[in-house]
Parts: sequence; structure tokens; C-alpha cells
Amino acid sequence: MNKLEVNNLNLFYGENHALKDISIKIPNRQVTALIGPSGCGKSTLLRTLNRMNDLVPNVTINGEVKFEDWDIYANNDVKQLRMRVGMVFQKANPFPMSIYENVAFGLKAQGMRDKKQLDKIVKESLRSAALWDEVQDRLDTSALGLSGGQQQRLCIARTIAMEPEVILMDEPTSALDPIATHKIEELMDELRKKFTIVIVTHSMNQAKRISDKTAFFWMGELVEHGDTQQVFNQPQDKRTQGYVSGEFG
Amino acid sequence: MNTCTKNSDSGIFLRPTPKPDRLGTFFHLLFICCAMVGVVSLATIAWFLFSEGLPAFRQAGVIELVFGSEWLPPALFGIFPMIVASLISTFGAVLIGVPIAILTAVFLAELAPKWLADIVRPAVELLAGIPSVVYGFFGLVVIVPAIEVLFNIPAGNTLLAGVIVLAIMILPTVITISETSIRALPPVYKEGALALGASHIYSIFKVLIPAARSGILTGVALGIARAIGETMAIIMVMGNAPAMPGSILEPARTLTANIAMEMSYATGIHASALYSTGIVLLIFIVLLNAGLLYINKKSVH
Repeated sequence: MNKLEVNNLNLFYGENHALKDISIKIPNRQVTALIGPSGCGKSTLLRTLNRMNDLVPNVTINGEVKFEDWDIYANNDVKQLRMRVGMVFQKANPFPMSIYENVAFGLKAQGMRDKKQLDKIVKESLRSAALWDEVQDRLDTSALGLSGGQQQRLCIARTIAMEPEVILMDEPTSALDPIATHKIEELMDELRKKFTIVIVTHSMNQAKRISDKTAFFWMGELVEHGDTQQVFNQPQDKRTQGYVSGEFG
Repeated sequence: MNTCTKNSDSGIFLRPTPKPDRLGTFFHLLFICCAMVGVVSLATIAWFLFSEGLPAFRQAGVIELVFGSEWLPPALFGIFPMIVASLISTFGAVLIGVPIAILTAVFLAELAPKWLADIVRPAVELLAGIPSVVYGFFGLVVIVPAIEVLFNIPAGNTLLAGVIVLAIMILPTVITISETSIRALPPVYKEGALALGASHIYSIFKVLIPAARSGILTGVALGIARAIGETMAIIMVMGNAPAMPGSILEPARTLTANIAMEMSYATGIHASALYSTGIVLLIFIVLLNAGLLYINKKSVH
């Protein structure tokens, strides 16, 4: 079953044709990795899935993005969409407030005021993000005091707190050291049981380690998409072969 | 200072010079001199204020001068009414001006369509360049008569008129600095908040403004400095009676107005009392700056 379905998507930044006729199906409760060289459009595609591209001026999008049966560009309920399709960014971006307030932020934005319920969700979310043990006795301290890896797990906790169905991750470990990266990857292995994950990554090893499906992008085109094993071991396209074998890119 | 030079024996091979680096030293000294101009000026101002103002403190007494409520030179030098007038006019200006300024800054940085921002922003910047005597005119022609009509009082030259003029005068400073600091925020704050399904307005009030707090406070500090130091416009609209104002609908005289109005004819102990008015003003400005610095430091942690 597919959670997200992109059909004939074209995206322009002004005159620049950034995504060319993309069609891709994202299966439910699996990890789909988007790979390709810088500027190939993989992050742009990720950002169309929760309509973060709406923030960019002069962007034109045509085609269809379906979240289950819902054509997400057909109406303007972006808040609803972004609650159900969460996002974790390249650079950990905790808000300048306490750890607790960071996790509770999205819920409070929806008007949740019940302290008991908030406490419970904050605790569960931090547990799910494998951060609870490290921060449980300092929930009231500033989130900016955490290490880079902890900050990124906090951002994941913040996203989980909204109980989304999909989590989009835009190179979530590119600013982290190998140990912190390993922790996040372990965490993703847990998260895939509950969430559909789409991850943009520059690390082919990471894509190999964590993903079920891999999509390779090249100059705004989706070149190849399939099971990760197959894309890496028997690529069908010459460009994919060149990229995954490290010849270029 | 690790400069390199061309070595004639080995072509363009670069290596550190053994010679003392004269140019570097020169610039180093130049930078220090420039940095000292401000500090030395401040020290000089403090020194002459204190040396000129201390006789009045000695003769009239610190308590009598600071907390005395009668200003009848050359007999009585109580400046407490002026301290109160300065504080109320500044505080009132901040109370009215800062919220307007922050909302304007948010509007310019986040909400305004480009064409509208391109009209509002230059207008605000122009406001900063208008001389205070012109603000005084504006106050006399618009605000003072408006207060007379609204509150049905014979003379509109009141503390309230001063508050309103000052509130307008601090707008450009606070707006410009707040807008700059909101724009300087990394886009990830806004994106992070929106990606959690928060509305734009909620993100602005809960994330962007708190994150830009330190810059906004700097703007407020400069606005306060401008308000408490403003003289000309205040003299023109506030009535300048050196008595304790009973309400904001009565005339009042600020510390700065006191100095400016009487300096031209004051002599002896009277002149010294005006300098001591300046000392009190200086102390207030130092306290305000220290206070804001403290809040700023605290908000970072």
C-alpha cells in the first residue's frame, strides 16, 4: 500500500525547471531514500511532500501529490498536512526555549493546554526518540545546551509528538559525527515500524544501511527507483551505476 | 602578524620576514586610537559633569537635590519633579511606541507584500532623519490641540503630549533594529515551526520574536536612550513647569529641558545645579543600559 503518490510532478523556481515529470510511489511503513548529487532535486521533491516549497517565492508546481486519497495541492489545509507529514531538517533546529517546550510546541500550537496530557506526550515522544534517559532531569533547561546529535533527536521527538504518519528527513545526519549518526540510524530502524520515512541523504552507505527503497535523481529527473538492494547491486541505468559505484557525483 | 615576503633567491617562494612589521604595527595603533576616541569622550564628559556639578551637591545636599520637590534657584534646587517627568515621559513613550514598533517590524519582515514594504520601510527610515525641532512643531500643531479637544483642558502642553511625541520619535530606531534582527534569524526557525503545523502568526509570536529578543532589546535600549535624552521637541510640547505633575494632563519639565532652558543665563551655584541635573541624567542612562544588558544576558541562557 502506498502512503504517498507523486504523479507527473513538474516544479519551476522561476525559469529553472527543478523537477521534471516526477512520478514516484512511497510505500507505507518503509524507509525510502532519495539520493543523487547536489542540485539534483531530491530535497526539492521532499519539500513538495509537506508543501514547504510554498515558502519559496516564484515557485510553480504542477502535477499531483497524493497523500493517501488526498490531493495535497488541491486545497489549502497545509497545517493539517504538516501535522500528518512531519519534517526533520538538515541542521538540527530546536527553538530557543526549554527541551519540554520544544516537544510540546506543535501540540500547544494546536491549542492543547491539558498539562497532564502534554507531560505524557512529551515523555513518550522523548522515549521514542531515544532521548528521555539523557534529558529527563533537565527538561526545563534550554534545548540549545544539548549536543548536536541530541538536538537532532529532540527535533525528531518534536515531530513524533504530533503523531504524524510520515516523517520527511532532509539529510538529518549530515552535520553529525559518526557516533551521533549511528544513534539516529538506530532510531530510524525503530521508527520505521510506526512511520513512513522519506530520507534525503548524501551518504550512499547510509541509504544502503537504512532504506528499503531507493530513488536516484539526476538533474531534476527521477532516473531509477526500486528496492535498495537492486538499485545498488543491479542498477538499470548507466548514470545510476556511475553514481552508486562512486565514479562521479 | 605573520606577513610574508618575496625572496629574491628562490623566486616567489614565500617565508616569514625577519624584519619588524612596521605597517602592521601602524594599523594596530590606528585601530587602538580609533577605539579610544569614544571611551575618552565618555570619560571626559563624566569628568567635567562631576567637577562642575559637585559644588551644587555639596552646597544643597544630595538628598535635597535629588529628592527635593522645589526648584527655585538660587535658593532651592530640588530636581525630583524633573526626574519623575523624565521617567514617566520615557516609560510612557516605550509603553506606546515599542509595541507599535515591534508589530511594524514583524509586518515588514514577515507579512507585508513587497510593494507595501517598499513604501513603509523608506517612510520609517525618513522618520529617523527628521530633526527633533520638527517633531516639536508636529506636536504643537497636531498633538497639543488634539489633547485640548479630547480632554477638554485649556492647555494641551502636557506630559501626555510629550509621551506621544517621544513614542513617535523612538519608532524608527526600534522598528529598524527589530526588523533587521528578525530578518537575520536563520530560516530554520520559521520552517521548523511551520513544519509542525503551527500557523504563521503563532510561529511569529512564539518562535521568531523570542528568538530575535536580543536584537529587539537592543533597539528598545536605543529607543529609551533617545527618549530620555530628547530635549528640543519636549521643550516645545510639555509646558516646562518645574513642578511635580499631578497627572499626565499637567505640564512638566524633564531633566534635559531643565538644562537647556536655563543654561544660557545661569551662573554660580545655579549653573552647578544644572550640571548636577546632567549627572543624574547620566546615572539613569548608565542604569538603564546595565539593566538591559543584564536582561539580554539572561535571555540568552
